[in-house]
This record gives sequence, structure tokens and C-alpha cells, in this order.
Amino acid sequence: MSKIAQAFSDGKAFIPFVTGGDPDIETTVNLLFALQDAGANAIEIGIPFSDPVAEGPVIEAASGRALSNGCTVDKLFDMVGRIREEIMVPILFMTYYNPIFSYGTDRFLARCAQAGLDGLIVPDLPYEEREELYQPCRSHDLELISLIAPTTGERIDEIARNSSGFLYCVSSLGVTGMRSVIDDSAKKMIAQVRAVSDIPCAVGFGISTPQQAKEMVKFADGVIVGSAIVKIVAEHGKGCVKPVFQLARSIKEVL
Amino acid sequence: MPDGRFGIHGGKYIPETLMRATLELEKAYKRWHRDAEFIAELDSLLNQYAGRPSRMYFAERMTADLGGARVYLKREDLNHTGSHKINNVLGQVLLAKKMGKSRIIAETGAGQHGVATATAAALMGMECEVFMGKEDTERQALNVYRMELLGTKVHAVASGTATLKDAVSATLREWAARSEDTHYCLGSVMGPHPFPTIVRDFQAVIGREIKKQMADELGRLPDAVVACVGGGSNAIGTFYDFIGDENVELIGCEAAGLGVDTPENAATIATGTVGVFHGMKSYFCQDEFGQIAPVHSISAGLDYPGIGPEHASLHDIGRARYVAVTDDEAVGAFEYLARTEGIIPAIESAHALAYVRQYAKALGAGKAIVVTLSGRGDKDVAAIARYKGVDVSE
Repeated sequence: MSKIAQAFSDGKAFIPFVTGGDPDIETTVNLLFALQDAGANAIEIGIPFSDPVAEGPVIEAASGRALSNGCTVDKLFDMVGRIREEIMVPILFMTYYNPIFSYGTDRFLARCAQAGLDGLIVPDLPYEEREELYQPCRSHDLELISLIAPTTGERIDEIARNSSGFLYCVSSLGVTGMRSVIDDSAKKMIAQVRAVSDIPCAVGFGISTPQQAKEMVKFADGVIVGSAIVKIVAEHGKGCVKPVFQLARSIKEVL
Repeated sequence: MPDGRFGIHGGKYIPETLMRATLELEKAYKRWHRDAEFIAELDSLLNQYAGRPSRMYFAERMTADLGGARVYLKREDLNHTGSHKINNVLGQVLLAKKMGKSRIIAETGAGQHGVATATAAALMGMECEVFMGKEDTERQALNVYRMELLGTKVHAVASGTATLKDAVSATLREWAARSEDTHYCLGSVMGPHPFPTIVRDFQAVIGREIKKQMADELGRLPDAVVACVGGGSNAIGTFYDFIGDENVELIGCEAAGLGVDTPENAATIATGTVGVFHGMKSYFCQDEFGQIAPVHSISAGLDYPGIGPEHASLHDIGRARYVAVTDDEAVGAFEYLARTEGIIPAIESAHALAYVRQYAKALGAGKAIVVTLSGRGDKDVAAIARYKGVDVSE
């Protein structure tokens, strides 16, 4: 079992997201430790991108803050390398494809492996285009996580059969961000996955409260919480670590 | 080559939430684009409503002044709404109607595509919303009002650099959230498959007409065809029918802004590198970490950090060549055509004219060069006046 799959082996998984370097690298490091202490089972670090088309305003603004403070992918590789020994849970990069491609795919993946990353989530690389990254990821022992959405429809069968690590189930259409109502499309998607595969399913996009997380894990194997955390970072800056810990703890406790 | 690939370029690099919408569009396009009834309806709209075929005008005074090749202007500026954008928009909105959609969304830079889309939506009874960078809504306030007049809601996009690329991102986001009843009428030969193919096919009427008109006029093919390139829709429309005619030179003119040796340019082929953005693999202006660069051009329509994937491929294989034209050169050509031929061109098209001013003589007497005048310049008059330091108020 891969390290990422292990995140789902002990009850429901809580997977928080933070934008790397927002507002600075030091705060990101503090957040990673706080999230681990709060019980995160895996952590996603977003590589800031100038034009994040799948992102809502909260994470887009975080990208802007990180970039204007000089965050680069090299600094994030160094950061992960420094803390890798002390963060026991799997760490994934969430990045648009261009920062990988323009860095040189092989060079990028080699640095991921060297820093101790466990996987990648690439929101603008759909299943049908994944081949150019999928095989190189395998040879560097990195998981490339597949995403499915309420509109994926019959393509879910093939995607579920041919993916590993976990499936990132986009709970609602549109972009990332907090939503007051999440409909039952995630439930339907996961039922469709279950018919063909036992791959763990984590639900993301829109989950911001313990109550919503609790609802989701009635049928999902885990929840991904991004914008709600990033919003706290936006409001509190360097002072975000404690309130993020509190939110993370309150979510993990109900899972 | 698989559908949607142009050499290594093109493809469909989009969030999963957009996959169904693009697959549905691809399927509908395959179903309709060779359908006799669809073609007849579109031809009728192009002819009766948009005013096609557009004129081929022999620029006699320009030819005499430049002292070289005969210069012809393909007058897309005379189309309804004042640019080539109407060709694509009529095709896409008609297709959306066949697909049962009731709402159209679009991005716009200078406002030409937005106005054309608003026009077609009004004509065909569709709801319409246009996304435009906030900076562009200020530069082109009249076009905002024009769209509103046509019944369209205009959203000013304040994120990022508040220009065309951000308008494209905002429209993609809106489409991801709502595609059930909504078609994204993309304005150039860019974005994820099938857009570069669909938009090219709808713009290819330009080159087909050029070929026929030159046969009527000269009894032969032109020696070169020239067009400006942002995303590249009027250029690919001009080039497409000539790609197999090896003796016809294909020349695209990019916006060099303040110069290709400065960061203030939008000359993707001259200064960009291969990347993946807005759904496609192509050339982009970007930094060493793949962050998309803020670009500059005097022309809001060419102020985009990428280029359509088919152009990227034509460049790679050497079939077309791309040259960079500065703001100053474009403004010079804008004034030159006004004074020499009594035609005020769009500042985008003036980039192509600027290169023809240099190239007509080099090409030589006895040769023929066609330049696509992609749009008319009324929209640019105030901005050019400001550029020249003239104080105008409307």
C-alpha cells in the first residue's frame, strides 16, 4: 500500500490544503506542523500560480500574496526537504501543469522525489491528457491523483479503474471556495466509483465546517478542506496558525 | 494526428469540471458542421447579415508609394460590427442554438469580440454575458455601452492584470459552474480543443474568399498573405486555405509593444517559450518558473500572453513566419493608411500594415501581397489621439 493510501487506513481522512508561501514560507512551515498536530492524515501544499483557472477568489488571492512575497517552486522544494523528517503524513503538491512543464517535467519530478513529496494533484490535467505526466510520476514513485466531478458521468468508470492513491471528488461545479449548501452529487459519484473500484474517495470544493465534513464522510473516505483554511490565513496573516489549528482540530474531531 | 493536436501543441488541458462541456461541444460540432441545413443557414447569415463576401481592395496609392509589390486589402473591417469577429460568432451562436443552449458567455479584450457576440446573441434571441478585464472596460468604455445597448451584461474582471487573459480565466470559471444551458463563445483560435479547430473553420472563409478574389483579379495566387496575430483568429482564417500552396508566404505580425528587447511586449513567438495554459499547449510569455507574464501592447486585442496552437505548429515547421511590430510602428501605419487610402484601420490590423510597409518593396514589383484588414479603427481613435498627446473629448 502506498503511503498516500495509508492515510485512509485508520478511519476517515482529513486532508487540509494550504497555499505554499502564503503569506511567507515560515508561516507555511508553522501551518504544516499545526495541521499535523490537529490530526491531518495528509497535507496538500498549493504551488502558487499566476493564473489559477480552477480556483475561486480566496485561493487565487493567496497565490497572488505568495508570488508577490517572492515564493518560487524552488523555495517550496527546499521547504519540504527541510521539514520532511518531522512531518509524518503524506505531503502532496497541488499545482497547475505549467509550473511543472516549464521547469522540465523530469527535473521537477526528480526534485519532488528528492524533497520527499508523495504525490501531485494537477487540476488542469484531466485524465485524457495525463499520460505525459503519469508515466514519469510512476518512475519517480509519485502518485498522480485523478479528479472526478459531478459532470464526469460515464468516464468515472475508466478513471476509477485506472487511478491510485485516492480519487479527488469535486463536490460541486465551478471553482474552489466555501459553499453553504453542498448537494448530493458527491454521494452519487462515489456510489458509481464503488461499483468498479475500492480506491479511497476524498471530497473537496466547498467544505468549510465540521458539520459539512461530517455529512460528507457518511459516504466518503475523507474530506479536503482548502478555502476555509486559506481564508483564515488571509485574515490573520502570520497570526493564522492558532485559528487554523482550531478549525482543523474541530473538523478532525467529528470524522 | 489526434483531434485537437497541432504538432506538439493544442490538446485539452482543463479542469475536470470543464470536460463534459467541451466533449459535448466537440460532439455537436462533428454533428453539425457538415450538415447541409446548418451550412445554408450560416451562409445566409454571413451574406445577408454580416455582408460577406468582404471586399478585396487594390491599394493603388499605397502600392505606388511603397514602390514594390501590389498591395491588396482584404476588407474584414467592412463586415457588420466592424471586424472579422462576426464570422466566428455567427457560426458558434448558431451551433449553440442547435445544441439547445439559451445563454452565451464570452471574453473580450478590446471589445470587438464582445460586441460581435452581443450582436449575434441579440439577433438569435439568446441571453448574453461578456467578461472583460477591468482595465479594458476603462480603455474601451464605448464598447461596454455598445454591448449593454445590445442587451448584454458586461462583467468587469478585476483579478490578475485585469486584461484579456483574466477575462478568459473568468469566462472559463463561469462555464465550469454553468454549462447546462450555456455555450462559451470563445473569440480566438485558442483554448482547449475543440475551440482552435472550430474558430479556425469559421474564420477560414477569409482565405477562401482571398483565393477566389485573387484568381478573379490576377488569375493567380498571391505571393504573400499577411495578418496580425494575438490569439490569431484572423491570421489563421487568412492562412488556412493557403497552407498547401507552398509558394504563398504566410506572415503573422505579433505585438512587440515597446520592443522585443523590453519586458513590455506581447510577442509570443519572438519572446515566449512552450508552455501549457488556458487549455492548450503552445508558446507563452512566461518566467523561468512558468508564471504567466504580464504583457503589453497598445492594442487591447493583441494584449495576450499566448498564441493559438496551430500558429505555434506552423512556426515550428517553418510554414508560416512571425514578425514583431512595435506600438510606434503600428501607430505609424495607422496614420499612414488613413492618409494614403482614406481608411482608418483597427490598431490590431495596423500591426500587419506596418510590416507590409517594409516588405512590399523587398518582395518586389510584379508580386502581389494581401493584407487582412481585420477591423476598423473607429474604436481606437481616442486612444491613438492620447498616444500622440492630443487631448480629445467626445
